[in-house]
Amino acid sequence: MKILVPVKRVIDYNLKPRVRSDGTGVDLSNIKMSMNPFDEIAVEEAIRLAEAGKADEVVVVSIGPAKAQETLRTGMAMGADRAILVETDDEVEPLAVAKILKAVVAEENPGMVIMGKQAIDDDSNQTGQMLAALLGWAQGTFASKVELDSDAVTVTREVDGGLETVKLGLPAIVTTDLRLNEPRFAKLPNIMKAKKKPLDVKSPSDYRVDITPRLKTLKVVEPPVREAGEIVPDVDTLVAKLKAMGAV
Amino acid sequence: MSALVLAEHDGGKLNPATLATVTAAAAVGGPVHILVAGGDDASAAADEAAKVAGVEKVLLASDAAYARQLAENVAPLVAGLMDGYEAFFAPATTTGKNIAPRVAAMLDVMQLSDIIGVEGPKTFTRPIYAGNAIATVESSDAKLVITVRATAFDKAAAEGGSASVEAVSGPGDAGLSTFVGLDATESERPELTSAGIIVSGGRALKDSATFEATITPLADKLGAAIGASRAAVDAGYVPNDYQVGQTGKIVAPELYIAIGISGAIQHLAGMKDSKVIVAINKDPDAPIFQVADLGLVADLFDAVPELTGKL
Ligand SMILES: Cc1cc2nc3c(=O)[nH]c(=O)nc-3n(C[C@H](O)[C@H](O)[C@H](O)COP(=O)(O)OP(=O)(O)OC[C@H]3O[C@@H](n4cnc5c(N)ncnc54)[C@H](O)[C@@H]3O)c2cc1C
Ligand SMILES: Nc1ncnc2c1ncn2[C@@H]1O[C@H](COP(=O)(O)O)[C@@H](O)[C@H]1O
Repeated sequence: MKILVPVKRVIDYNLKPRVRSDGTGVDLSNIKMSMNPFDEIAVEEAIRLAEAGKADEVVVVSIGPAKAQETLRTGMAMGADRAILVETDDEVEPLAVAKILKAVVAEENPGMVIMGKQAIDDDSNQTGQMLAALLGWAQGTFASKVELDSDAVTVTREVDGGLETVKLGLPAIVTTDLRLNEPRFAKLPNIMKAKKKPLDVKSPSDYRVDITPRLKTLKVVEPPVREAGEIVPDVDTLVAKLKAMGAV
Repeated sequence: MSALVLAEHDGGKLNPATLATVTAAAAVGGPVHILVAGGDDASAAADEAAKVAGVEKVLLASDAAYARQLAENVAPLVAGLMDGYEAFFAPATTTGKNIAPRVAAMLDVMQLSDIIGVEGPKTFTRPIYAGNAIATVESSDAKLVITVRATAFDKAAAEGGSASVEAVSGPGDAGLSTFVGLDATESERPELTSAGIIVSGGRALKDSATFEATITPLADKLGAAIGASRAAVDAGYVPNDYQVGQTGKIVAPELYIAIGISGAIQHLAGMKDSKVIVAINKDPDAPIFQVADLGLVADLFDAVPELTGKL
């Protein structure tokens, strides 16, 4: 089966974003951008399924600016076979991303879509569930284990109370949680090879999807800063202070 | 604006996150109804929901298909009921996060995730970039679909209301997915997201036995819930549902004690709204000290047993 993996280019997870002083958003100029960490986990899972002989092609897809080609090349350096960039400089909300992905699915006919549970920039945690709804497919969100059979996929999900296991008919959507796997680093020869793998560039209008935002961001501000308190010299002082505050 | 709130429950008991969600829904103005979707035993949760202050009506959908909150089954039920409502609210728990976006897509609505404030009938605040920025967003959709960060809203009173309970039904089993099992984390402790005190441990705790031997006595002494950093969970010291942070649980207890946790932005995102933060770390430059009210630079293997003894 073919596996489709949507990957988003986001601020590198090690960096602390700077809020623009005019309140219009976050300043991403000259900031290191990387593949969303959950999407790396998704790419890794798809490649492992291919290596295990359970999938025969892994296609990575991104919706975003021309620079998202780098993100797609990273996916191909990890082992994906080819890539699709749906290029736009506009901000595309999860609902519109899901609609574009639905159109890509219609063209590509994958047996499964594996994607991140959450993009670490918008922190929406929506796109996978929305895509599943639009396609009328089953969804295995927040996956920490994926077992693929010929007609079903069994997904262990990280839920608030522990680990839940569900069985989904195929085709299905899986969204990844942190414990699903540890993504590999692309090796140099594979980075070179990835440069020659096919990368198709499309636009949202090719798929006839209206990406007009539904949400309007009125302002973006820094959260209230928490003042650092004091360093206490020893445990006795800590206990005394906690008691004085009424915290214990 | 009439709002439908999805109850989070385990059949018999309503999860307190539901009460915070009712507060958020009521802030939008207009009547609030609660939907209890569940199996045969859901009527107990519906009776509890009917007592919640400010709730006008409870819709009870009992069907084996809803017993496990499978999104494929519950989302069509909700979407079918939304003709009568202008807004749908769910707690931003793993259940709410699983179901609400599926509802939103069925209604062709862009969801507002994890709101922390209500600024107007269609305007809300929500954290982005792991809480390093707060966005004020206005929806232009005909209906609203929202998940609510429970720690950001007071809980509606669990008693005092007298809503009627009305049975509703939906399409039932969509035939897409089946529940196989739940490996529930058993604990006598308070639940992480509603605990008054949390003791959290990080990578420095070495292994699960050391974590247990070091953190548990302190938590017992304080009647606290136990949390952890991602590193501690990944290393298998504690189960996954102990993780506090951007992609784990968001907590805001009266007292949060971070032990052997460096304070990565992803961890801070989950706990920096705690009332009092205490950090114990041997590295004076650890970022956790930048948010701690009280910091102790010490080896935790000396300091924690001593603290436990002296409390
Ligand atoms: C996509 C993504 C999502 C993430 N989500 C989360 C999340 O939700 N929650 C989360 O917590 N993390 C999350 N992380 C991980 C996060 O970036 C950090 O890696 C993690 O929080 C580090 O855990 P830690 O503080 O326990 O470990 P470390 O950073 O290794 O810190 C250990 C600390 O212990 C101290 N120490 C060591 N020995 C002792 C001793 N004997 N006595 C006292 N102190 C000692 C050290 O000084 C150090 O500060 C996420 C990462 C990514 C990429
Ligand atoms: N612009 C995009 N391009 C490709 N994939 C995306 C995009 N936006 C979101 N996704 C996918 O959807 C997941 C969840 O994103 P979100 O719903 O925005 O938190 C991500 O981890 C990606 O797998």
